Amino acid sequence: MSLQQAKPPLPSDDKRWKLVNATMRRNGYAGHALIETLHSVQDAFGFLDEGSLRFVASSLDLPLSKVYGVATFYHLFALKPKGRHACVVCTGTACYIKGAGGLVERLQERYDINPGETTEDDRLSLLTARCVGACGLAPAIVIDGDVLGKLDSESLIAKLEELT
Amino acid sequence: MNLDDLTDLAEKYREAEAGVDREVRVCLAASCQSSGAVPVFDALVAELGDTKPSCKVKGVGCMGLCSAGPLVAVADREADLQGSVLYRDVTADDAEDIVASIDGPPVERLRCPTNQPFFARQQKIVLENAGIIDPDSFKGYVAVGGYSALIRALSEMTPADVLREVTDSGLRGRGGGGYPTGLKWSTVAKMPATQKYVICNADEGDPGAFMDRAILESDPHRVLEGMAIAAYAIGANKAYVYVRAEYPLAVERLQTAIRKAKRSGLLGNKIGDTQFSLEVEIRLGAGAFVCGEETALMASIEGLRGQPRPRPPYPAEAGLWGYPTLINNVETFANIAPIVREGGDWFASIGTERSKGTKVFALAGTITNTGLIEVPMGTSLRDIIEVIGGGIPGGKAFKAVQTGGPSGGCIPAQHLDIAVDYDSLKTLGTMMGSGGMIVMDETSSMVDVARYFMEFCMTESCGKCIPCRTGTQQMHSILDRLAKSQATRAELTLLEELCEVVQATSLCGLGQTAPNPVLSTMRYFRDEYEAKLGEV
Repeated sequence: MSLQQAKPPLPSDDKRWKLVNATMRRNGYAGHALIETLHSVQDAFGFLDEGSLRFVASSLDLPLSKVYGVATFYHLFALKPKGRHACVVCTGTACYIKGAGGLVERLQERYDINPGETTEDDRLSLLTARCVGACGLAPAIVIDGDVLGKLDSESLIAKLEELT
Repeated sequence: MNLDDLTDLAEKYREAEAGVDREVRVCLAASCQSSGAVPVFDALVAELGDTKPSCKVKGVGCMGLCSAGPLVAVADREADLQGSVLYRDVTADDAEDIVASIDGPPVERLRCPTNQPFFARQQKIVLENAGIIDPDSFKGYVAVGGYSALIRALSEMTPADVLREVTDSGLRGRGGGGYPTGLKWSTVAKMPATQKYVICNADEGDPGAFMDRAILESDPHRVLEGMAIAAYAIGANKAYVYVRAEYPLAVERLQTAIRKAKRSGLLGNKIGDTQFSLEVEIRLGAGAFVCGEETALMASIEGLRGQPRPRPPYPAEAGLWGYPTLINNVETFANIAPIVREGGDWFASIGTERSKGTKVFALAGTITNTGLIEVPMGTSLRDIIEVIGGGIPGGKAFKAVQTGGPSGGCIPAQHLDIAVDYDSLKTLGTMMGSGGMIVMDETSSMVDVARYFMEFCMTESCGKCIPCRTGTQQMHSILDRLAKSQATRAELTLLEELCEVVQATSLCGLGQTAPNPVLSTMRYFRDEYEAKLGEV
């Protein structure tokens, strides 16, 4: 016999939790909806912090270790907040052949951060992706969701400098 | 709904558009959107306004030649891409001239000839609607005969009939493995079970491959139709599409397509008033290359870490949640509707002896025409690269073409005349994979390319089995030392041994094929490895 478990209280009265709850409800609070739920948390808050992982774990009745394991396994989930802007350099083969490696190096040098890190003033996060499927535009760069192509490092940095 | 009802419906949709005889088609697939197709579309809509009711601006899917985007085609309503006037590198400022040219002479400065080999040498089955229909329009798909294969299968064929057509067609899995599709379907169909699943693998993780993305963005209903036919043939009532979250546009269009098909009674309960029902759900990937492997993909759908498990049991016997499951790639499903429509024998008449039909390839790297092409199996590599692809730009020499992504290998110039099919590429130590082709010119260093792929496999290894987890790491460190001219001959020998061990002992395809880029570059470009050896 299974007892109806009391659902844990929302971590805060932030309205965005309702979106997360809606995702879990739509999937009947089933454990297999974990990845969908984490996507929804990340869409709403930008990253997954400890509080949200704990909340998701208890809502779906999963061990925290498993939720953490899944969150860290997939590249798309971030456990740290991103900066105000995100610059994703595609490092797929076509982009690599056309010099994506050099772009990453130049950005590392210019902003003093490694891929996956955010500048100290919180302005820019540098990320890399495995092929965004825009190989015709190689090297492809995604700045705040917009895909740009055929950039060299100087014009890329110029674009990034324009961001507020 | 029977076949006549659907034909009537298609007729009705065509009549509703009867007043329109010219179309301005704007490619709104991901690549052209990135080059600025949306402002072009808006400008054309604004410019055309209500001035010409017989002409309309339509957003369509991929036209193939991504390097020339944004692409705009002006065509008669029934014309295909080759029969239209194609414009390349269009900007919003060109809208005025394009609209002015609809009834007059074409705008010469923007023209992209459609009689060039890139277009003329292709044969389109999977991509027959791409670049012609509006992917978000259910009516548009039905109007070109969409869903008639599904209705025909449901109303006039038994599941066994469908299985026979697919088997006769000789279609092999387009995800890379090349397993006979009919055989796979029959195996699942034979399994006694109350519950079965169909999964569409749209986790296109191969860097340099974007066929699945383009198919989903250009013709999503076609994939759903193929999945529904498959579900009917094997006796499943639930299907999942596992898509990469990196493809937001494809996800969006697929969602729209599922919603519209459901509303029209072509998915969901009692499809076409028959006893057959199918629920289709989208599951988002979260960025893990290994999830393209079928058992890892199923683990991911179950909400677990995407780690593979040993096979057997194969998914056909015990797949998702332990039930028999059919997993096929996007392109495989996209081939199903034409096979049911035209018959298996028709499909089997295209291609080579052991590889039937056509294959969609993504051309990228240092090649003049980057983009998407569909050619019959057996087309030679030289034709694909030099004729259709337009060769290497900037007067450089061709060095190698990489096929099959991180699981494949590099093919040198002396083998360019090989006819491309599943088996011939294997003899060269590479594979077709999902169809990515990355062309490299003489400036590329093969040791560097091998290092790149090993770095990829190292970071993408799920870590479950040791040969893959630590083997790829060791191989990467040797390749890194080689690339920096620090490695000794002993290390080169060790690298070769590691290749064999990792290949033979890894649990899943990722590890088993990880050494391929190293082995194939060593086989054809041994001198480059030798030249990189350190002094000691």
